[in-house]
Amino acid sequence: MANFRMHILICGGTGCMSSHSPEVHKNFIDILGKKGLSKEIQVLKTGCFGFCEQGPIVKIYPDNIFYVGVTGQDVEEIINEHVIKGRPVQRLLYVDPMKKSPQEEHKDIAFYQSQVRIALKNCGLIDPENIDDYISVRGYEALGECITSKTPEEIIKIIKDSGLRGRGGAGFPTGLKWEFAQKSASDKKYVICNADEGDPGAFMDRSILEGDPHAVLEAMAICGYAIGADEGVIYIRAEYPLAVKRLQVAIAQAEELGLLGDSILGTGFNFKITLSLGAGAFVCGEETALLNSVEGGRGEPRVRPPFPAVKGLYQKPTNINNVETYANITQIILNGPEWFNSIGTETSKGTKVFALAGKINNVGLVEVPMGTSIRDIIYKIGGGIRGGKKFKAIQTGGPSGGCIPAELMDLKIDYETLNAAGSMMGSGGMIVMDEDDCMVNIAKFYLEFTLEESCGKCTPCRIGTTRIYEILERITKGQGKMEDLDALKELGEVIRDASLCSLGQTAPNPVLSTIDYFYDEYLAHIQDKKCPAKACTDLLEYVVIDEKCIGCTLCARNCPVSCISGAVKKPHHIDQSKCIKCGVCESKCPVKAIIKQ
Amino acid sequence: MILSGKDYSEQIKELDSYIDSLPTKEGKLITVLHKAQDLVGFLPNELQNHIAEKLGIPVSKVFGVVTFYSFFTMVPKGQFKVAACLGTACFVRGAGAILDEFKKELKIESGETTEDGLFSLDAIRCVGACGLAPVISVNGKVYGRVTKENVKPIIEEYLAKEVN
Amino acid sequence: MSKIKSLDELRKIREKVSDNTEVRITGESADRTIIAVGMATCGIAAGARETMSALLSEIEAKNVKNISVIATGCLGYCYAEPLVEIRPPHDAPIVRYANVGAELAKEIIDKHICEGTFIEDAIFNRGGSN
Repeated sequence: MANFRMHILICGGTGCMSSHSPEVHKNFIDILGKKGLSKEIQVLKTGCFGFCEQGPIVKIYPDNIFYVGVTGQDVEEIINEHVIKGRPVQRLLYVDPMKKSPQEEHKDIAFYQSQVRIALKNCGLIDPENIDDYISVRGYEALGECITSKTPEEIIKIIKDSGLRGRGGAGFPTGLKWEFAQKSASDKKYVICNADEGDPGAFMDRSILEGDPHAVLEAMAICGYAIGADEGVIYIRAEYPLAVKRLQVAIAQAEELGLLGDSILGTGFNFKITLSLGAGAFVCGEETALLNSVEGGRGEPRVRPPFPAVKGLYQKPTNINNVETYANITQIILNGPEWFNSIGTETSKGTKVFALAGKINNVGLVEVPMGTSIRDIIYKIGGGIRGGKKFKAIQTGGPSGGCIPAELMDLKIDYETLNAAGSMMGSGGMIVMDEDDCMVNIAKFYLEFTLEESCGKCTPCRIGTTRIYEILERITKGQGKMEDLDALKELGEVIRDASLCSLGQTAPNPVLSTIDYFYDEYLAHIQDKKCPAKACTDLLEYVVIDEKCIGCTLCARNCPVSCISGAVKKPHHIDQSKCIKCGVCESKCPVKAIIKQ
Repeated sequence: MILSGKDYSEQIKELDSYIDSLPTKEGKLITVLHKAQDLVGFLPNELQNHIAEKLGIPVSKVFGVVTFYSFFTMVPKGQFKVAACLGTACFVRGAGAILDEFKKELKIESGETTEDGLFSLDAIRCVGACGLAPVISVNGKVYGRVTKENVKPIIEEYLAKEVN
Repeated sequence: MSKIKSLDELRKIREKVSDNTEVRITGESADRTIIAVGMATCGIAAGARETMSALLSEIEAKNVKNISVIATGCLGYCYAEPLVEIRPPHDAPIVRYANVGAELAKEIIDKHICEGTFIEDAIFNRGGSN
C-alpha cells in the first residue's frame, strides 16, 4: 500500500507538549512499529488544536475521532481497540459538560461548532515541519499567483477590499499600511512580522507559528512583493523556543525548494527571511520599540511621525504586521476579498482568534467571526464558568484593555464595540473572571505589569503608572481615601493623553474600566474596608463560628503565630491583632467552623 | 577569563569565533548577548567589557541593553531554575500563592539564587500553557495545575537529583 | 530536493503530494462516503485485513476522491464476515455487503462507488443512515 490508510495526529503545541504529548507520540511510533503497522499508519505531530484544557489531544483520521487527555499508557489500548479492531475507546472521548455524553467526532464538539477557522485553518491539520503537507493544501500558490500574474497595486487593492485590519491591537487597515510602505520611495525596504506576543494570557500567535509557520512566511513574501522589499525579519520572543525551531525548519525547507531566497519560482523576485530574537521586554511589541530592538539596542519607542512606513528599520521604509494578520493573507488571495469581506461586522471583517483562559471550562484557542457575542464565546464555546460559579467580567486586550462586566454579555465583539465599552481588541487575550475575583486587585495586577514593563523613556508612563499602582496598593490594604478615586481618574487621563507610545496611552484602561463598571467594589474597599470577593487578604478576617466549633484544638496547634486560644471542647477564638491571615486554621478545621469574611 | 571564581576561557573562545563568523556586526548586539548567556550562563561586567571591545561599541551601550531586557542576567542562576508563571490566566487561578510558597520553601525572593547555588526563582510572564494554569517550570520542564501542596515535592524531586 | 522553477511546477508538486493530507481533509468533509470494514476478531479471522487492503489499493488505482475507509467494530453478523458497510453522505441509506473477499472488494469500488450500480447478489442488507 503506497498511502497510509490511517493518520494519527498528536498535538505538538506548547500546552500539550507540557502535558506529556511527546511520550504519547513516542509510544504510538514504538507500538505500531512492533505490530508491523508502521507502513499503513502514519503518526505525526501537528500544531495546536486549540482545545488546550483537554490536552494532550489525539485525533484519528479518516474516522475523525477526537481523543482528549491521552497519556502514554492509553496508547496500547487505542492501537489494539481502535486502530486494529475499529472500536473507539469510549473512556477517552470528550464528554460535553452540557450534553453529558461522549462526543466522537471533532465537529460534534460544541467547542468547535461556533468557530470559523481562517488564520488557524491548518493548525492541527498539517505537520508544521513538513513543507509537502503545506503545499498539499495549496501552500505557496497565493505567492505564486501574486508574483507571476499580479501587480503590487492589484495585491494592495485586494487586501484593502477585503477589509482586513491589524490583529495586533489597534486595528489599523492592513491594505492602507501596505500602500504607505509601497509609496515610500527607497532603494531598500523591509517587511517585519511582529511575533513579540507579550500579553500575559495570550498565545494565539505562538500557536499559529507552531502549527502553520509557512502561512506566515508566504504572506511576508507576498507583502515584500507588494511593497517592494526583498528582506523580511520575524521578531519573536526568546520564550517561545518551539515556535523558533519550527520557523527555522520552515525557512530552511522553503529556501531549499526555491520558495524563498533568490528568484522565487524563477520570476526574478528575491525575498529572504531571518529571525530576530527578543529578550523579554513587553514594550518591544510596540512597533517602533521593536525596530530599535531588531537593531540591537534598547527597546524604547520612537516619536511618530515619521511612521515606520516612511522611516523604519535602519531608517528604511518598513511594513510591520502581527502574526495573525499575516496568517489571513494567503486565504484572502486564494479565496478573494469578497469572501473575506462577507464575514464579520460592518467595520470589522473576517475572524479573530482569542486565547480563552481563566475561570472557564474550556481553556483554549478559539477563532470566531467578528461580531460573535461574549455570551456565545463563554457559554457555547467555553463551556461555561468553572465550578458552576457566577460569571463576573471578561478582560480583553491584556494590560491595554479593560474589564467588561457580565451585564454587557450580549456585546457583539468587534474593534469599535470593545473600544466603546472601555476596553480594546488588543492581540486577543480573553480572561474570564468569576465572583471570587476582586476587580481592584485585578486592576492592580495589570498596573504592576505596566509599571514593570514601562521602558522609562517618557515621564507620564514611567511616573504615572507608579503613582496609580501605589494608590491601588493602598486601596487593597484598606488605607484608601475617597479622593483616591478622583486622583486615579485624573492620572489616568493624563497618562492616556501624554504618553509617547500605546503602552502608556492604554495603561490606565484596566483601572478606568473597573472604576466605571465596579464602582461599588472600590467603595467597599475604601469606605467599609471590605473586599467583597474576599481576595484582598489585608481586608479579611478569619473568624470562628462558635456554634460549629467542636473545640478539637487542631487550629490552635497549627497556627504559626499562636494567636488562637480556647479550652478543649470549647469554642476557640482568633486574636485579630496577631493573625497573619495565612489561612492554615481554615484548611485544618475538620468541621468548617472557621471562615474568612 | 575568570568570572565569579570559575574559568570560562573555553566558552569565551567559542563566543569570539561566533562573533568573528558574523557577516556584519551592525545590529547584532542582542544576538551576541543571547549567545554569550547561552555559553556562560550570565553576563557580568567583565564579559560585557569583552563584548563591547569585540563589537567595537561603547560598554555603556552593552550595559544599557543588558539591563533593559529581563531575559539577560548579570548574576549566575541556580542549577535548577524555577520559574513561576504570573500571566493573567495563572494569576486568576492562584499563581501568587504558588510563588509565595516557593519563596517560603527556598527562603529567597524572586530574582534570587539560593546560597548553595542550587535553586533560583523567577516570576515570569505567560509560558502559554494557560490550559494547565497555574504552571511553573524547572529548567524548562513544565508542571501544570500546581497546588501549594505540590511545591515541596517538586523541590525535593530536584534535591534528590543533586544527591544522585 | 531541487528548486521549484515555476508556478506550474509548484502545482504539479501539489498534485503529487496531495495524498499527504487527503485522508485528513476528506475526514473533515460532510460530503464524503465512508466505507466501514468490520474489523473485530471474527472479521479479522475471516480475512477483513485483506479486504481492507484490496479496497484501499483499488481506490488508489482508480483515483477515487472523497472517500474514507475506516475500520469498525463487530457488526453482529459473524457468519457473514468480512462485512463491508457503505455509508453515503447526507442521510442516504446504508448498504451492506457480506463475505467480501479481495475480488468483491475491487468490484465494490469499480461498480458501486465509481458507477453507482449496486452489486445486487452480494448485498447482505440495507437500511439505516449515516
